[in-house]
Amino acid sequence: MKPTLMLAGALSLIATMAAAQDKPVLTVYAPDYFTSEWGPGPAIEKGFEARCDCTLKFVAGDVLPRVMLEGDKTKADVVIGLNTDVTAKARATGLFAPHNEDTSDLTMPVKWTDPIFLPFDWSDLAFVYDKTKLKNPPHSFQELLDAPDDAYKIVIEDPRSSIAGLSLLLWVKDIYGDKAGEAWAKLAPKVLTVTPGWSEAYGMFTDGEADMVLSYVTSPAYHIMAEKDDSKVAAIFPEGHYLTPELAAQLKTSKHPKLAQAFMDYILSPEFQKMIVTANWSFPAKLPHDQLPEVFRDLPMPDKTLYLPEAEAEKLRGPALDEWQRAFAR
Amino acid sequence: MAARLRAIAPAVLAAAVLATLVLGTLAAVAWRAGGLSGLRGTDLSAIRFTLWQAALSALISCVLAIPVARALHRRRFAGRGVLISLLGAPFILPVIVAVFGLIAVFGRRGIVNVALGHFGIEPLSIYGAQGVITAHVFFNLPLATRMILHGWQAIPSERFRLAATLGFGPAQVARQLEAPMLRAVLPGAFLAIFLVCLTSFAVALTLGGGPRATTVELAIYQAFRFDFDMGRAASLALVQVAISVTALLIAAKVSLPARFGAGHDRLAQPIAQLSGGGGRVGLDALAIALATAFLLTPICAVLLRGLPAIPTLPAMIWPATLTSLWVAAASVLVTLAVALPLALAATRHRWAEIAAMLPMTASALVMGTGAFLIAQPFVNPTSLALPMVLLTNAALSVPFATRILMPEIRTLQADYDRLAAALGLRGLARLRLLTLPRLARPLGFSAGLAAAFSMGDLGVITLFSDGQTRTLPLALFQLMGSYRMDQAAGAASVLLILTFALFFALDRLGHHADPR
Repeated sequence: MKPTLMLAGALSLIATMAAAQDKPVLTVYAPDYFTSEWGPGPAIEKGFEARCDCTLKFVAGDVLPRVMLEGDKTKADVVIGLNTDVTAKARATGLFAPHNEDTSDLTMPVKWTDPIFLPFDWSDLAFVYDKTKLKNPPHSFQELLDAPDDAYKIVIEDPRSSIAGLSLLLWVKDIYGDKAGEAWAKLAPKVLTVTPGWSEAYGMFTDGEADMVLSYVTSPAYHIMAEKDDSKVAAIFPEGHYLTPELAAQLKTSKHPKLAQAFMDYILSPEFQKMIVTANWSFPAKLPHDQLPEVFRDLPMPDKTLYLPEAEAEKLRGPALDEWQRAFAR
Repeated sequence: MAARLRAIAPAVLAAAVLATLVLGTLAAVAWRAGGLSGLRGTDLSAIRFTLWQAALSALISCVLAIPVARALHRRRFAGRGVLISLLGAPFILPVIVAVFGLIAVFGRRGIVNVALGHFGIEPLSIYGAQGVITAHVFFNLPLATRMILHGWQAIPSERFRLAATLGFGPAQVARQLEAPMLRAVLPGAFLAIFLVCLTSFAVALTLGGGPRATTVELAIYQAFRFDFDMGRAASLALVQVAISVTALLIAAKVSLPARFGAGHDRLAQPIAQLSGGGGRVGLDALAIALATAFLLTPICAVLLRGLPAIPTLPAMIWPATLTSLWVAAASVLVTLAVALPLALAATRHRWAEIAAMLPMTASALVMGTGAFLIAQPFVNPTSLALPMVLLTNAALSVPFATRILMPEIRTLQADYDRLAAALGLRGLARLRLLTLPRLARPLGFSAGLAAAFSMGDLGVITLFSDGQTRTLPLALFQLMGSYRMDQAAGAASVLLILTFALFFALDRLGHHADPR
């Protein structure tokens, strides 16, 4: 590092420290991916600090396990980046406060009535493939199941360690109900492997190892906008696609409840909502369709969205996991 | 008596630190959960699969390592030293990088299947139990080879010369010298690999092909994250420790020390008569060539994919690299400071050996959660982020360092204890004049491993993360997590090159510091 740069760095550090002394600090727990330069974290920090006269501090890591271990002594004022799989458990802790936002005019495919967990963006689960390589993509979930075992090799995520994997269990359960076990028996031979998380699965897909990957309807937008590559497409199924919202919530124990509430307000502001589209490659929770980037407006979308209420999903996931494991044991 | 105690005190302290880190954290988790809870049917099948794959992986690694180590021991060729170091590379690779390398070679579109396709042969599938075992052999063959090669090198040269004088051929050498040496070295190598494979998580998941390949470590993860059942997580972690300690005790019973006596050190040049000619040279060359191809092709594949992307890497990769480098340097010091006293004590006290192996038996998730629970009432865990990362990185290297040091320490003590006692060589003087110089080689190797493990570590303690300090592997994962697969491949190449450079430098340093 050049001396001038170091000096500049030291000066800005002193400046931040001085600023930090007289401004309140809002502590936000977020997942690891959130706070990197190519995640939405930096833009959120800049945007919120510009309007709050405070300092926003992200703490990246395992959000809910950490809050649960810390209990009412938690340092978090707000958490962001939760998935719907943990809301039941999170709610039961009694640590979270209502978001106090009007969710009647959200631009989500389902009506959102949760008073505590506030969605900031969403996408639908989908199987993504490369249209230049895969000539016979499935046109429905049933076609996917009925295809010959060697028609395509799919990578999916493990429901025990990944929200995408768990959502797939619920997706299959929602479509096939009591016949979900049979559906899995048909799908299992086409599954090349099961990865711990989304990153490994998607990496195997872009490396050409797998023909299809369990990802999101919005995944092709990244390739089109950032890489000028329109070969990656999501298979759209008439049976409907499973919704995966991402959520934020404020804590009852926050020392800065006004700031925390201001942050919840900020999440639904047009500024945040416009930014999150390409920062997180998802649909914003509250932004009119015509304000979306063109690529997002033109993305092929399913006509039908599937989403199980929290209590039902919570009840189903244990048996669904057993079904899944049995299908792969054969 | 007091002098005795003073000599053993550092080992006791080191053992206490490791026991707290492994067993104390487990107890903290169990206590928080209000006790241990029962296991389920799927947990039992996870335990079965874990034991089976770990034993098989260790067995295959050890069996394959014998011809490779023997070939490397009795042949001399240009670049031999560098090749021995290079063959260690898979063991120090971050798991996710290695898995992508293996897929590039053995995957559906990999080199092997493309080649087979040309001859019209059915493609091989790496996904399933065979994938898990292939990956484990890929990771651990280097470790087994090195441990066995060290065994060969520890046979004093006089024994080989005597064998030559007596007119031994390769067969007699194998019976009189090599078999006793293998008897001493193999149980340790098997055990080390068995334990590594026991706690494997990411590999088994990615190449396992599905939930049949569920390891105990994954079952622990599931108990924590899917079922929020800390009691079951603690029970499973306890099972893992119990299996490991049992394996340790069995290995100690089976293992017999080789008694070759003191001598003029290792053979500089192999003796042609003992090594055999013609056909045996061919076989040795084949063993080395096959091992090199198996171990280095996946690494080349990672580099080929990643090198072109290095110029496009975002600037933040470099501060992350610096962080990783200095954490690695500190981790080396901590590892050696803990492992050396333990290894010195372990040849006489079984407890020291068991304490040194404890970190291998630990579940990273339980360790992190337990440490968090212990720290939380006293300090803000975030302020402990770096010390915790350092401590756990070092702890995970201690078992290997101790394993590598122990055989040489045993030889050292058997050969020089009486002489040192007669000369009154004790304490620091003994450490400086005798112990450290004689152990330079395994110390260098251990330091290299510790540095490499630390570089490749993904921060087992995400609970302590403060969101500010970022290491290179974390940056890699963040890149992957936001679709930037090409840049992630570039970061993987940087990680691979730096990790190996560190390992190589320290390993070579040990060789040069060896007075022999």
